[in-house]
Amino acid sequence: MKCPDNIVLYMHEYLDEEIDEHDEQLLKKHLQTCPKCQNYFHELEKAIALVQSTSHIQAPSNFTENVMARLPKERKRVGVNRWFRHHPLLTAASLFIILMTGSLLSTWNKDHEFSVTKQPDLVVHNNTVIVPEGKVIKGDITVRNGDLQVEGKVEGDVTVINGENYMASAGNVTGEIKVVNEVFDWIWYHIKKTSKELISVFN
Amino acid sequence: MEALIKKRIKQVLKGDQSAYGEIVEIYKDKVFQLCFRILGNRHEAEDMAQEAFIRAYVNISSFNIDLKFSTWLYRIATNLCIDRIRKKKPDYYLDAEVSGTDGLTMYSQVAADTILPEDEIESLELQETIQREITKLPEKYRSVIVLKYIEELSLNEISEILDIPLGTVKTRIHRGREALRHQLRNV
Repeated sequence: MKCPDNIVLYMHEYLDEEIDEHDEQLLKKHLQTCPKCQNYFHELEKAIALVQSTSHIQAPSNFTENVMARLPKERKRVGVNRWFRHHPLLTAASLFIILMTGSLLSTWNKDHEFSVTKQPDLVVHNNTVIVPEGKVIKGDITVRNGDLQVEGKVEGDVTVINGENYMASAGNVTGEIKVVNEVFDWIWYHIKKTSKELISVFN
Repeated sequence: MEALIKKRIKQVLKGDQSAYGEIVEIYKDKVFQLCFRILGNRHEAEDMAQEAFIRAYVNISSFNIDLKFSTWLYRIATNLCIDRIRKKKPDYYLDAEVSGTDGLTMYSQVAADTILPEDEIESLELQETIQREITKLPEKYRSVIVLKYIEELSLNEISEILDIPLGTVKTRIHRGREALRHQLRNV
């Protein structure tokens, strides 16, 4: 008698409980009539039963204690890392502050060049910016690394960074006057500026 | 059970090392058994099982808490054992695949009863014999057979643990069973 093709595959599919009904019928019918395949199938079942019969063994005594003793000791750094992981917002905030301070300080140190807000009618003379008499500047003026001499009128805020602001008796500034000369003033100025911008964004 | 494990893992993540002791206690027998059946040697199995728990601890923050912890742990243990087998593999090894035959080993070239003479079998404990036959399986069949018949895991879980497709798991189980049938039919 000829055994069907794939009969061994069907046996395995049967053992994995993955056989479809048609093939299962075919397998069962064949096994009833073919002693050779029956023997083969019994050998498979026997092998499985023997493997499963190996009694369940237990871990050696003191296993858990040994593992616990070999665990890496919690180091401070690990604790800090974990703290960072669990407080992402604080981590981000402190990182932001560190970077901000760093970049501000570096701009303070680097920025020794004279600069001034471009406005018509402003006269620049030897790092001194002059608002000429009788002229009206509409808008804010920022002077870096230079002095400002106001003889006319400024309709806006005046900021002098790393310099002096001279006011002539006839001079007039309608907005705020700020003179920034020290590093901390510089940072404070930036913080105020950033928060003002933020507030204006939210408004 | 899974809920308890998850609670303990969260405690470990918060830095409570002692909570890990409970996890080890729950899984130690299963992991040790897995290593022992794959390696066939108690001493090595203890080493690997301990190593598996230590690695799981060290990498616990990379464990996805929504998955089954046992699957992840078995995966670590199985990989460690497979690495160990590969490292100590001698040059000539009956289990070595004959090149170009995909899974056919020298064992299939040797008649089963010449490996173990009849009287020797009788003098050995049956358990030891079976373990020896399991250990003789090529490593890729050995791991699936142990996971399926000793740890009693589903084919899907085995596929996850070994990170191989389900179809490959089935093929390896079929071939592993064939090899065992051949090796154990005279026991």
